[in-house]
Amino acid sequence: MSSPDIAAASAVPQKTRSILAQMGFWWDKVGIFAVLVLLCIFMSIMAPYFLSIDNGLNVARSVSINAILAAGMTMIIITGGIDLSVGSILAVSGVTGVLLFVAGVPSPLALLGGVAAGALAGFINGAFVAWLALPAFIVTLGSMTYLRGIAYSLLEGQPLISSDLGYRAIGNGAVAGIPTPVVVMVVVYLVFWFILERTKFGRHVYAVGGNMEAARLAGINVKKVLLAVYTIGGAAAGLAGIIFSARVLSAQPTAGQSYELDAIAAVVLGGTSLMGGRGRVIGTLVGALIIGVLTNGLVLMNVPFFYQLIVKGVVIVIAVAIDSLRRFGKSGT
Amino acid sequence: MDQVLEDSPLLEVRGISKRFGATQALSDVSFDLRPGEVHALMGENGAGKSTLMKIIAGTYSPDSGSIHMMGNQIVMASPRDAMTAKVGIIHQELNTFPEMSVAENLAVGNEPTTSFMLNRRKMISDAREKLERVGAVNIDPRTPIGRLSVGMQQMVEIARAVAEDVKVLVLDEPTAALSMSESKQLFGLIHQMRDRGMGLIYISHRMEEVWELADRVTVFRDGKLVGTKDMRAAGRDAVSPNDIVRMMVGRDVDDLYGREERELDKVRLEVRDLTDGGAIGPVSFDVRAGEIVTMVGLIGAGRTEVGRLLYGADKVAAGTISLDGRQIRVRNPGDAVAKGIGMLPESRKDQALFLEMSVRDNTAMSTLGAFSTFGVLNFRRMKSKVDEIFTSLRVRAASQSIESRSLSGGNQQKLVLGRLMLEKPALMILDEPTRGVDIGAKSEIYRIIKEIAATGTAVLVISSDLPEALGISDRLLVMREGRIVAEMDAQSATEEVVMEHATGVYADQNPRMTHEQP
Repeated sequence: MSSPDIAAASAVPQKTRSILAQMGFWWDKVGIFAVLVLLCIFMSIMAPYFLSIDNGLNVARSVSINAILAAGMTMIIITGGIDLSVGSILAVSGVTGVLLFVAGVPSPLALLGGVAAGALAGFINGAFVAWLALPAFIVTLGSMTYLRGIAYSLLEGQPLISSDLGYRAIGNGAVAGIPTPVVVMVVVYLVFWFILERTKFGRHVYAVGGNMEAARLAGINVKKVLLAVYTIGGAAAGLAGIIFSARVLSAQPTAGQSYELDAIAAVVLGGTSLMGGRGRVIGTLVGALIIGVLTNGLVLMNVPFFYQLIVKGVVIVIAVAIDSLRRFGKSGT
Repeated sequence: MDQVLEDSPLLEVRGISKRFGATQALSDVSFDLRPGEVHALMGENGAGKSTLMKIIAGTYSPDSGSIHMMGNQIVMASPRDAMTAKVGIIHQELNTFPEMSVAENLAVGNEPTTSFMLNRRKMISDAREKLERVGAVNIDPRTPIGRLSVGMQQMVEIARAVAEDVKVLVLDEPTAALSMSESKQLFGLIHQMRDRGMGLIYISHRMEEVWELADRVTVFRDGKLVGTKDMRAAGRDAVSPNDIVRMMVGRDVDDLYGREERELDKVRLEVRDLTDGGAIGPVSFDVRAGEIVTMVGLIGAGRTEVGRLLYGADKVAAGTISLDGRQIRVRNPGDAVAKGIGMLPESRKDQALFLEMSVRDNTAMSTLGAFSTFGVLNFRRMKSKVDEIFTSLRVRAASQSIESRSLSGGNQQKLVLGRLMLEKPALMILDEPTRGVDIGAKSEIYRIIKEIAATGTAVLVISSDLPEALGISDRLLVMREGRIVAEMDAQSATEEVVMEHATGVYADQNPRMTHEQP
């Protein structure tokens, strides 16, 4: 235990500490999933319509874009980084896809072009973080701004409607009754879960976030890992941008504004440590669902928008507090 | 200066003990400093010198014992108390604000003001005055201190202490980063301060400096004060550097190491004129298959740096590395692992472990490629291989899935050794392999190191634990100031001889000895 821990631990009475430790134990066992279940039960009681299949699919579809952004964000945060530019990447990718389609590019290629634009934006973020060792927060704060500028300038500030968009099904269609964005989201999470849990690269992601110097000395190519992680995060944001533009049948330069915050919130709610080295993509999915259920339930309960914001914010702070207390309890025992 | 004043101590500590966890850093140490003397402290790394100085400076509080200043008992609970008591300390690492000017650094905490405004002019003239008192007239008070050389920065720190009118000044390895001429200037200043009646505590590993400066020398070993030699009273010729060295090392080598004969085969590692272009090297040496070679020397002698150069962790400026007769270039640690070099880094927690990852992941981390097909991990293969390693290294872990942070230091070190074994390297570099592990784990680690050597691996150990180095190695390389100054057979070497080389006594004496002989 390091000395700051000791200082912090001794500042809190023994009794409080053991209660916190127990809470931590409880949190470890059932996790954030219990919060989601409790929240769903609460919402079903308060708003009967909440517990219908239609509404369930509605919630799932509404969280899909944030959940896909958050999947990429999880991987980035596990390396100890952050990507504030995902909302802007979403806009640039959506715009790129629609422009390519309008220019006559076959729709599968236009779709891929949008995703590739996202990957490229992520690669550039990664290059600054990995090669120049700049803080991710600053690099992506910058790219958040210039990418938004690019999205505007590609369209000269105006939205571009494309009602016959070739890949509109990815936003509005359904597979066996399940909305396509939800299907895409599930596939994305399976892929991310597999990468993080079952591949060599996944272990390297955790290693880089857990202890970068040790990772380097263990022979891991840290720069390559960082570069890959930001590129993958960019591609995920690009995919989210394609879904978004398909859903609204247009290229919107304002798309995805402040989405990065919801994505980060989902990641943190899901138990991933902002310090890096620890986290699970499944937790992130649950975190995104909590945010979605909260929003949906509060709307069904006719809670005014500004109160919704208060509730959402408070829930995020409480969840993060519980998570840090969990670790605190651990260090106290 | 009259005799009475000179003999009554300025600073005295009585019966000081200090414990850190399982380590008794100081036990029942009594020590005094007279006005107008330079009292040198010597001892191997970890002997307790720095702990005592930190107690005197108020950084640590002792578990028992008392501190007296000019006969009065004082409490040193914080660095502020030390300041009030007129005790100053110049740390090995400088305590300056590099972006601020010399004048600002000298005025920190006591800035001159005119009503509310900072009086910059007065600050600069004050600084000039303070610098003059230590003879550092060539320093411009307006320069940012970070632009000065280390020696000059140290002068500024001493000037600050002198300006505060300290009675006792502790200098912890002050010449470690100084050039020859800067050292000379410092020595002149030390003589001046002594003649002014200040008491100076001088910590150094360099025998020649101690010989030039000290009035008394006190030697520490394993947290105990071994003895004090009064060179002013006895005369310089009555004491020899070898006496001091003997006091520094004198302890018994037990049979912890289980020495045995090893078969040495062909040369596996050949290093020629390797250097980082700066303070390290050029060094040249060989390690044979099955041989354990240990680099010994004092902290800062450059041993870890040589290890890091070989492993590609730092940049090589010149020189060659050959493995099994083929010259190789190591660009980074990943490249080193691929080319057959493994390294156990100096600091387990900071440089080797992933504390929140499982013990399995920690062990397999460098060789995940071998456990995967197209990047997809084969857990069963990984599990059984790690099991094998754990059995042979006797790692005690409840399961392979527990976090590595929950293991003891010894078991954590075995994880890292296991990681290296999976790499099957031709050369294994082990930097302080037994640091911070208990005695039981130590003997197990010695056994593991020998088993590794027995498979034909060339083993290069870096150790600050002399008995260990003598006990487990075939050959010793003694480093001092970035170079290999001696090479000896571990069987016939003694701690005394090693320390003579490591501190520079040997190099000092040998020309003299040849001079005396007809």
